[in-house]
Amino acid sequence: MSMLEVKDLSIHFGGVKAVQNVTFNIDSGIVYSVIGPNGAGKTTLFNLITGVYKPTTGEIKLDGEAIHGKSPNQLAERGVARTFQNLQICMNMSAVENVMVGAHLRLDRNLVKAALRFPGLKKGDRELRDEAAQLMDFVGLSQYVETRADAMSYGALKRLEIARALAMKPRLIFLDEPAAGLNPKETIEVDHLVRKIADSGVTVVLVEHDMKMVMNLSDRILVLDYGKKLAEGTGEEIRKNPDVIAAYLGAHA
Amino acid sequence: MKKSVYFGLYLVVALLAVLPFVVPNSFYLDLVIRMAINAVIVLGLNLLIGFAGQISLGHAGFLGIGAYASAVLPTHFGWHPLLAMGAGAAATGILAALVARPIFKLKGHYLAMATLGLGIIINIALRNEAQWTGGPDGMPVPAMGLFGFELSSDKQWYWVVALLLSVSVWASLNLIDSPFGRALRALHGSEVASQVVGVDVVRYKVAIFVLSAVFASLMGSVTAHYVGFVSPNFADFFHSIELVTMVVIGGMASVYGSLVGAVLLTALPQALATFEGWETVVFGAILMGCMIFLPKGLVPTLAAKFGKGE
Repeated sequence: MSMLEVKDLSIHFGGVKAVQNVTFNIDSGIVYSVIGPNGAGKTTLFNLITGVYKPTTGEIKLDGEAIHGKSPNQLAERGVARTFQNLQICMNMSAVENVMVGAHLRLDRNLVKAALRFPGLKKGDRELRDEAAQLMDFVGLSQYVETRADAMSYGALKRLEIARALAMKPRLIFLDEPAAGLNPKETIEVDHLVRKIADSGVTVVLVEHDMKMVMNLSDRILVLDYGKKLAEGTGEEIRKNPDVIAAYLGAHA
Repeated sequence: MKKSVYFGLYLVVALLAVLPFVVPNSFYLDLVIRMAINAVIVLGLNLLIGFAGQISLGHAGFLGIGAYASAVLPTHFGWHPLLAMGAGAAATGILAALVARPIFKLKGHYLAMATLGLGIIINIALRNEAQWTGGPDGMPVPAMGLFGFELSSDKQWYWVVALLLSVSVWASLNLIDSPFGRALRALHGSEVASQVVGVDVVRYKVAIFVLSAVFASLMGSVTAHYVGFVSPNFADFFHSIELVTMVVIGGMASVYGSLVGAVLLTALPQALATFEGWETVVFGAILMGCMIFLPKGLVPTLAAKFGKGE
């Protein structure tokens, strides 16, 4: 059985059909990429699956359980993590605190214990800080641990989002254009990072415009165009698909 | 956050321990007590506004509930003042929790309007229920007794309030640097990011709103007993605005900023009394100057300037 099953998924914003009848399955442990021209509905698809939007019709199942209509925090409880195309970093906190927030659901969130500074809670926090620092090292940000988030570069913040998502110990992670706006060197680093994440056993769903990275990493690829599924298959199949070539290069290419 | 944030707490405690021995007369002691009471209220409000990023323009209403609970229940029903204080806090908590859920579906200006309305409703109720509250004239509040010992002199009140303030500063510092506090700051920083890591944002907003309202109610009771008199002005819109101004001037999301804001805005009207009739104008000009030159508030701006992150 597939880990994630998406069936006939649609969402309409007024008259705009951003995603229309999209169906696909994602097996556990693979890197699955979603590609398509700008405005094809890739981020909308991510927002639907991670609960930020509610679908107009269709269903989404995680390990056989229907999850459409659940809120993002309920999905987080089921091990679904994501990053954002337009950075969503808490600029009012330090870098390491941003990562620590990722572990929210694993912590004792009791208000009274927190206010009275229970020793157990402080101990947990110290351990978590070390763990978060290790995660920052994993994504290549070890020099930024005590830095305020608003003093970091765009490329570093992109990876900080990944570290925060990993702090959730997710089973399924959605990466929305992790290499967008990065220079070639940083792109290669992110490429390696995604590979490392996949190798650690986390199922990765990737939206990315960098075709080299997509072809390099993906086990399977879904192509969207105008909110509809255009093709799905392995990198080789997608590369040869005439519909995909037409969508990307124009009908007469 | 580093250990050094607690250094400020030691400083506050030391200052509070010395103050009553150096203040020249009872006028200043009274001023210090009122500063400390305001500081506790502003701390609670700053958790809501500065740290969680939610606005409340009705906080004086919650102060009013606490203050009037401490006035009405002992006077008309013979309740023990401590019990009345607890009942006021509980009622405030329940009211805040009830209205918070629908209110926190609103954002920005709408949230401000909703809390503003709530405060005004409470104020009107206090003014109109004259048979219980004395209406616009207010009513006297019986003295606070503790185990057969009556709190009466300013010195005694000072120590009670100083203890409350020290504990509040300590608890606020703890709270901010905890899983709960990080979740609050995260939903301020990016609501959607905090949601996808599992923060139930509405629940957290409600929790901090209720906590901050209960803080206000308790301090409303303390004020009522200390002053010995309550009037609806204590719970009116202008008082709510004054409290928010203290948060903003001192510094949003700054524990020590809350103290500085409360101290300055409690002292300023006294200090400006020499301007006779022009004091409100000077007061306003100072506030405008603060906002233009220190938009992040006094403490965060100065901390950044001297390279010491709070």
